[in-house]
Amino acid sequence: MIQNLLFDLFSFILLGSAAMVVTSRNPVHAVLFLILAFINAAALFLLAGAEFLAMVLVIVYVGAVAVLFLFVVMMLDVNFAVLREGFQRYAPIGALVALILFVELALFVTGSTIAPGAAAARLFPTPDNITNSQALGSLIYTNYLVLFQLSGIILLVAMIGAIVLTHRDRKRAKRQNLDIQHARLPVETLTMVSAKLGAGAAMPQPKKETL
Amino acid sequence: MLIPLSHYLFVAGLLLVIGVFGIFMNRKNIIIIMMSIELILLAANINFIAFSGALHDMVGQVFTMFVLSVAAAESAIGLAILVIYFRNRGSIEVEDVTLMKG
Repeated sequence: MIQNLLFDLFSFILLGSAAMVVTSRNPVHAVLFLILAFINAAALFLLAGAEFLAMVLVIVYVGAVAVLFLFVVMMLDVNFAVLREGFQRYAPIGALVALILFVELALFVTGSTIAPGAAAARLFPTPDNITNSQALGSLIYTNYLVLFQLSGIILLVAMIGAIVLTHRDRKRAKRQNLDIQHARLPVETLTMVSAKLGAGAAMPQPKKETL
Repeated sequence: MLIPLSHYLFVAGLLLVIGVFGIFMNRKNIIIIMMSIELILLAANINFIAFSGALHDMVGQVFTMFVLSVAAAESAIGLAILVIYFRNRGSIEVEDVTLMKG
């Protein structure tokens, strides 16, 4: 079936690019593989029927978060060869922990039946006659309104925090000061010079420094 | 949903394991560590979406949205901290961050 084929394709690319994210030497390549992983995850979301979240994943992650990572990687002039030291040293313990974790997850998934009666006990079944975005919107603006607003506040706090953290006031930067500009008088800046014909005029020095 | 739930769980589990493995492998490079955290959160999101589809329950997608927003906020704050740390110390090695060690 086409769905299973597409699922295999997308999940294979997703896992491959995720592996490239954690093992690639160049962090720029890692960010680009992260973008590829997000796009394939969005395709998996589409296959599972979550169209709205697939588009949100592409817009928010590929459009914002991954570009933020790329910006930071390119802005910081870091010697990444030094950061790769210890890669061989940490490989066995990392592989061991990953193996244990995956075996535990596999045991959990295969050894337990996944909630046979859960479909009957579902809380908010998706209605058949409306789209995914409509169903999601009718949930987040009714039952989950407070949580939705709280997530917006979290984003606002994160935005303000990031700006406050990274903003630095440069003393040498020249900025426009409207008050000084409006308060200055013509006497302070203008000088009448009577120049003789053919002789030119010497440039008068300003009386005081004005912005 | 024609694709069985266990396939989604398998892919999400592998993705989570890759993320944890990435944290262990790149102990010095905090940018790769943050990307690994993004991968782990993406695995959680895939689980949410898969269960939402299998149980015909939209709440999973609502929570995926919350996870997405929190992950975006986390990466923004983390990268901001990284930028000011690099500005102060000229290095982003995780092992150098020992000022709080006493």
